[in-house]
Amino acid sequence: MTHALRTARNVGLTSCHSCHLLCQSAKQPAHMRCPRCGARLHDRKPDSIARTWALVLAAIIFYIPANVLPITIVISLGKAQSDTIMSGVIYFIHSGMWPIALVIFLASVFVPLLKLLILIFLLISVQRKSSWRQQDRTRLYRITEIIGRWSMVDIFVVTILVALVHLGGLATIHAGPGAIFFGAVVVTTIFAAMSFDPRLIWDTEEIIHE
Amino acid sequence: MDAYIACHDCDLIHRIDPLPTKGAAVCIRCGAVLYKHKPNSLDRTLAFAMAGLILFILANSFPFLGLKIGAQFRETNLITGIYELYVQGMQVIAILVLLTTVLVPFTQLMCLFYILLPLKFGRLPKRLPGVLRFLHSLQPWSMMEVFMVGILVSVVKLGKMGKIIPGISLYSFLALIFVLTAMTVSLDAHLIWQKWGEQR
Repeated sequence: MTHALRTARNVGLTSCHSCHLLCQSAKQPAHMRCPRCGARLHDRKPDSIARTWALVLAAIIFYIPANVLPITIVISLGKAQSDTIMSGVIYFIHSGMWPIALVIFLASVFVPLLKLLILIFLLISVQRKSSWRQQDRTRLYRITEIIGRWSMVDIFVVTILVALVHLGGLATIHAGPGAIFFGAVVVTTIFAAMSFDPRLIWDTEEIIHE
Repeated sequence: MDAYIACHDCDLIHRIDPLPTKGAAVCIRCGAVLYKHKPNSLDRTLAFAMAGLILFILANSFPFLGLKIGAQFRETNLITGIYELYVQGMQVIAILVLLTTVLVPFTQLMCLFYILLPLKFGRLPKRLPGVLRFLHSLQPWSMMEVFMVGILVSVVKLGKMGKIIPGISLYSFLALIFVLTAMTVSLDAHLIWQKWGEQR
């Protein structure tokens, strides 16, 4: 089985991240370009762990105002009512529309939190050079890549509500400051997932086998 | 090293073998999909892109949702919603929505036409690598299918306030999501890179 564990790095090759051509690794990695497509080559994503940590921490900071500040402000007959994400969820549970409460809760509260927790877990396990259940950890990484975009649902809902409920003094909906922070959470977590290199999960195994 | 490929998730090297129809090659160590056999990829993707462009124009030209409260009636399409956010001082959010639902899907369509139309007639477009790479980097930011869920949630939220009237373009939105997804799935980037490598 030893030949089955040959990775590109071990045999002095670099996989082009753009066209997937295997290229010879050069002595000076900073100036390498793929001979087929011309993309800059790097053996692993540059500064993957530091960049991912920075983006994860930024997302955690944005996550707090995103949940505390109102995401919509309804002005109806002169009275203003602010709603945060959670107060919207609770309102729907009370009015018996639990499927929609579940959708909003999953997309806006649970998914960003889950994504951040998975990324933190992956970062720590990679930094500790853990070789525990690498296949499952790679699967977790793939999940974070897929689910992140679904958090945008709330931003889109706000866009539609703002456009439709615009009836002068009768009822008007404004977007609240929470929406900006919420958008920031979605964008930073997408970038965080992009900057993490799943090959780092597997790099420890080669050290053991060598 | 054309005959080998390294897994993009765990770096393990595999030999590239021909696949059965609609088959997929999977990494033996981490289970990532390495490459897939996509029958008739270029023609299919081009067809979906053309359908996508027509639906995109329809979806953005007519209102997709209307709300009737008492005697007052209001309709919206994407652009009016984005404009409303912008006017309210939520420029950042307005730009985010504009990018993810209008500009990125449209740019994806344009990039695909730029790449696929010349290839269809046996020519290589100029600057193919840059455009293909750009197209690939746009993928995470195209969020039409998420927007559709946003429409559904809004319909339920507004149901208590007044009468919801589905607009003409709601159906083109629905179709557009399936077409865009099919377009992304049927594009075989490996095939295009191979063509580029051979003909250069």
